[in-house]
Amino acid sequence: MSAEELPRVTFTRPGRVGRLASSPLARNRASIIGLLILVPLLVMVFFPFLLAGDPNAQNLSQSLQPPSPEHILGTDKLGRDVWARIVYGARPTLLGAFVVVLISGVIGIPLGLLAGYRGGKTEAGIMRVLDALLAFPALLLAILVVATFGRGLGTVVVALGVIYVPAMARLVRSVTLVHARLAYVDAGRALGYSDRRIMLRHILPNLVAAVVVQSTIDLAYAILDIAALSFLGLGQQPPDPDWGSMLADARSYLLQAPWPALSAGFAIMLAVISVNLVGDGLRAQLDPRERER
Amino acid sequence: MTAMRAGRGTAGDALLSVHALEVEFRTSAGPVRAVNGISFDIAAGETIGLVGESGSGKSVTSRAIMGLLPPKTSTILGSVTLNGDELVGLPEKTYRKIRGERVAMVFQDPLTALNPLYKAGEQVAEALRFHFGVSRSEASARTRDLFADVGLPDPDGVVEKYPHELSGGMRQRVLIAMALACEPQLLIADEPTTALDVTIQAQILELLRDLVRDRGMALLLITHDLGVVRELCERAIVLYAGRIAEVAPVESLFAAPYHPYTAGLAASNPQIASRRARLPQIPGGPPNPASVPPGCPFSPRCPAALDRCREEVPPLVASADGRLAACHRTAELAAGTLSLDWEVPS
Repeated sequence: MSAEELPRVTFTRPGRVGRLASSPLARNRASIIGLLILVPLLVMVFFPFLLAGDPNAQNLSQSLQPPSPEHILGTDKLGRDVWARIVYGARPTLLGAFVVVLISGVIGIPLGLLAGYRGGKTEAGIMRVLDALLAFPALLLAILVVATFGRGLGTVVVALGVIYVPAMARLVRSVTLVHARLAYVDAGRALGYSDRRIMLRHILPNLVAAVVVQSTIDLAYAILDIAALSFLGLGQQPPDPDWGSMLADARSYLLQAPWPALSAGFAIMLAVISVNLVGDGLRAQLDPRERER
Repeated sequence: MTAMRAGRGTAGDALLSVHALEVEFRTSAGPVRAVNGISFDIAAGETIGLVGESGSGKSVTSRAIMGLLPPKTSTILGSVTLNGDELVGLPEKTYRKIRGERVAMVFQDPLTALNPLYKAGEQVAEALRFHFGVSRSEASARTRDLFADVGLPDPDGVVEKYPHELSGGMRQRVLIAMALACEPQLLIADEPTTALDVTIQAQILELLRDLVRDRGMALLLITHDLGVVRELCERAIVLYAGRIAEVAPVESLFAAPYHPYTAGLAASNPQIASRRARLPQIPGGPPNPASVPPGCPFSPRCPAALDRCREEVPPLVASADGRLAACHRTAELAAGTLSLDWEVPS
């Protein structure tokens, strides 16, 4: 990720576009690639109707057709257009994963911050509860929650969100521990700032880099976990498409017609890669020390 | 310096009065007494040096004054008064008003004492806005004035700089500006020049001296560097193992120490000792605060220790000239009849 090995682009008059283009997010070639993948994915999430027709329209006479100009990714067992199902499946998979990370952050960041800054009994209490949660395999716990509260994408997302809390909280706590020992926290206290102010205004912004990195990793895992749970039939319910259940459906005729499975698998892979690449660039962008390098 | 202000002054003229301060930490290995009965006064406008090795209790004393010790693991006994107001046992919320506004602190490490994510100007302006509730523009105007006061070149430019874009000396100036923002009556500087290189050290010391003079502020300088003390302070308090070893005006402290520990420090300091091929050293190291030897804590390292020194803790007593020392043999040292033979490394 060092800037030295990347080609430098010089602009004679760096206007707004020039400044944007010379920021590390753009200078970093990997994150540009990530953005290039992410943009179409976002269009799929928010405007699927621009890209494809009805994903649930069946045509049994067109069952398991290979890719053709009419169906660019072929059709599945029920003659549904695989491209349309990929496009419409993006929303539950990607938005679901985003909400999972959001939930884990909203709960995990304050818990980790409090545990790391306060220490002592507060820390012990918070961390023991989280350790207990961490002791369960994530998918098993999600299955347990879904079994209790009923299947469906909503349950899966909330369950995964809670399951992702310990990882986020642990990370935030460890970074907070480092920062709470730095002299600027002492300096803030010596200036009469309250603990709340120090935590929220001084330590929290310093956590952003670590949280962004963790979030992108979590996002990638959440995409896979949602896909896995849908694959098991616990998430999105048929006939509505999502990438995990597409994989599951396509499994039974993988050898005769590999394109639905390949398409769904490739979509998951691209989403995970792009999120990681963009997250890396974002982290660099948010740190003033890297921004000006 | 003709007037001797070595002893505890009258309570009336003291800005800060520390009396019988004891600090004990609860550790897994049992209680550790880091500060063991320290008393001193600082008058308004006075500069005092608190000198000692690591573990002598100098930083703990300063933190106790600031109320920055962790309440869960430390106990503070004794009294610290600022303008007659008792600080020990003050609720955190009241203490917060005192920190920054009446007592401020400059830290040792200018590298980490500024938040890396905020511009230098923002951090000083935050202190102003927090304590005085002034408007954003007012705060940034005052920040620029403060930056000019602390001798930062191009104050308007530095306001917009992030800490990593400033040199160590400039960061320390920003920190001093931050501490001065609320015009405290007492500034505590904890090793303010230790992390800086020598030429910058001299500049920062000069700045502190000028600020104390111009603002009539009292300065409590915490340092292990006797050269710094001699440069800046009127009086020095020498700490050893959580106790006061000696209190004296700076010139007489080094010219004629009343405590063997001070004598050893002076003799081993190249800036103070007369030129010699090899400087002597004080043998051994400071005692572990968890197991301070009985009697005088310095006795195991003292070349003049008697049996009495190993059994009986010497009290801090005033000599005829008003200087304070905690040593059974101060009278002999003062009279010049006791010579100390320090180990000279070969």
